[in-house]
Amino acid sequence: MTTITGEGAHEAAPPRVTHTEASPGDCSIVARGLTKRFRGGQVAVDDLHLSVPRGSVFGFLGPNGSGKTTTIRMLLGLISPTSGACEVLGRPMPGGLASALPKVGAVVEGPAFYPYLSGQANLLRYDAADPKADPRTARQRVGAALDRVGLGAAAGKRYRAYSLGMRQRLAIAGALLGPRELLVLDEPTNGLDPQGTREVRSLIKEIASDGTTVFVSSHLLAEVEQMCTDIGVMRTGRLVAQGTIAELRAGHEPRVRVETPHPAQAASVLNRLGLARVRTGEDDVEAELGGHAPEVVCAELVGDGVAVRGFTVVRPSLEELFVGLTGEGFDVDG
Amino acid sequence: MSTVETENSTSSAPTAADTPPEPGTGTATRGAAIGDASVAGGARSGAVARAAGAGHRDRSDASPGAARAVLRLVGSELGLTFRRPRNIAMLILLACVPVVIGVALKAFGSDEETPAIVTQVAGNGLMLTFLSLSMLVQLLLPLAVGVVAGDSIAGEANAGTLRYLLTAPAGRTRLLAVKAVNIGVFGLAACAVVAVSGLITGLVMFPVGPVTLLSGTTVPIMDGVLRVLIVTGYSAVGMAALGLVGLAVSTLTEVPIGAVAATVVTVVFSQVIGAIPQLGPVRPYLLTTWWSSFDGALRDPIATDVMGQGLLVFAAYALVFGAIAWGRFSGRDITS
Repeated sequence: MTTITGEGAHEAAPPRVTHTEASPGDCSIVARGLTKRFRGGQVAVDDLHLSVPRGSVFGFLGPNGSGKTTTIRMLLGLISPTSGACEVLGRPMPGGLASALPKVGAVVEGPAFYPYLSGQANLLRYDAADPKADPRTARQRVGAALDRVGLGAAAGKRYRAYSLGMRQRLAIAGALLGPRELLVLDEPTNGLDPQGTREVRSLIKEIASDGTTVFVSSHLLAEVEQMCTDIGVMRTGRLVAQGTIAELRAGHEPRVRVETPHPAQAASVLNRLGLARVRTGEDDVEAELGGHAPEVVCAELVGDGVAVRGFTVVRPSLEELFVGLTGEGFDVDG
Repeated sequence: MSTVETENSTSSAPTAADTPPEPGTGTATRGAAIGDASVAGGARSGAVARAAGAGHRDRSDASPGAARAVLRLVGSELGLTFRRPRNIAMLILLACVPVVIGVALKAFGSDEETPAIVTQVAGNGLMLTFLSLSMLVQLLLPLAVGVVAGDSIAGEANAGTLRYLLTAPAGRTRLLAVKAVNIGVFGLAACAVVAVSGLITGLVMFPVGPVTLLSGTTVPIMDGVLRVLIVTGYSAVGMAALGLVGLAVSTLTEVPIGAVAATVVTVVFSQVIGAIPQLGPVRPYLLTTWWSSFDGALRDPIATDVMGQGLLVFAAYALVFGAIAWGRFSGRDITS
């Protein structure tokens, strides 16, 4: 069941009925009542309850300025919550930072590197900062990470000379320096061309297939729809929906729309076939397709002598669902 | 498209349940897995056993491992500092000053009004080192150290690299300590560059022999070199104390140039205060007052009381500003 927290609903973490029993032990990230109020009174994140199942690809959606990055910064111990608590890989943050973060790869708010160092030297620098990274394998791990994002050939080039897409890839390579249990990727495809975006998507799927949990934030819904198993939707600092893609789709069945001069006759055919929620218009009829094959429905209509002018199957995209949830489009600056 | 998604979501779900990520393989190669082994749930018993094995192995060398990791980060930090073109340029500039002084003295000689130490250079090349350090320790050396110290945290914050270092995770206290060490080493390097350049220039341009000290006694040349080392070390400690002031300032802002300027202004301000006779009672508490006190090493016996007091003031500054830096940095929200 999709859990949608309406305006003013303040109950604790809504129960998830999903494919995995979401006990806290099965979650890579758990947030309980997480709240961040910045100095000046601005509430960036407000009473956030979040559970990210282990092994999922979790899409963290929301318009710009809805509190996604602030949440990620709290999860990574960069800023401390005003109230509430969060756990990453079973360790409370920011207290358990030292034991949890070596197993977490992160891209936070775009790439940041030393411009006068090469890509390889930059990654070695970040690797040196990880107290649990083995220096003997550093070069090999850095090389592997660079190859994985397709930067092997540019390893010796200065970061200053990298294009925006290469910088973004280097940031992702930085998240892949060691064996990770969790990847936190904040807008990983920002600045990438369509080809690069596709590559990042397939890389994320590949990483996830090894059992690594991927927590990816985005304001691009289509992107999330294509690679995520689970979704959380933020709106002005609050989580307004959370669940698997299938759950969120439930109740938003594909509908069939028949354009015809004989709507009443068409409606009776659809009713006979057992389609739910038949709605008759002036010169069209709509109904939920359910499990029916559209071609069969169409053949029945024609067979019964209904003049079919147009026949469409309408699948509501997540975009439409979430515009309803957040009250705005996703590609809009919030 | 939508059917693909549905398949995707259902197929990856069992993957998550059946094959949990393998912390054993990860932690075994990544060192200290002690926490892992004790916290990991029973469902992952196989992985737990492996992690426990790894943890056990690591436990014996946990602290040397941690020390090695700190050394690695120090090495990375030093590499960054000493490969940075800006810092190299500053060191080269510092190295040039003794040469310029030497050439000037050689070319124009000295008259009655020149201070004793200057005329002594003409008699003994070794004195050029002392002269150079005493000229540079009040402005150019503090400037160089102020640039590196002021930039240390603020520069990383400004570039955004700080957030990646901290999520590595470098650890806030650990990173701050490494930064402090780095500043100290840079201060020492800057002083050493001046000393070495002064020594070489002195050896090449002036006669070198037994050294006549400020107190009038003459000591053998090796004793003189030893005193050069003492003076260099003393200056380096003074610069390190300033470095911690700069580090503290650096934790207060995300604008590196602001932190650098503030650090240098601190130096100039305290020199101005020190120059006002009416504010005499404040002088012993100023950092700048003690930087030139290394001329105690040019007396026989070495004026350990003055230099000791200087070192004490340096230590106090380092302690206070180190604590300020830590207090500020350990709890600060990193929003850059």
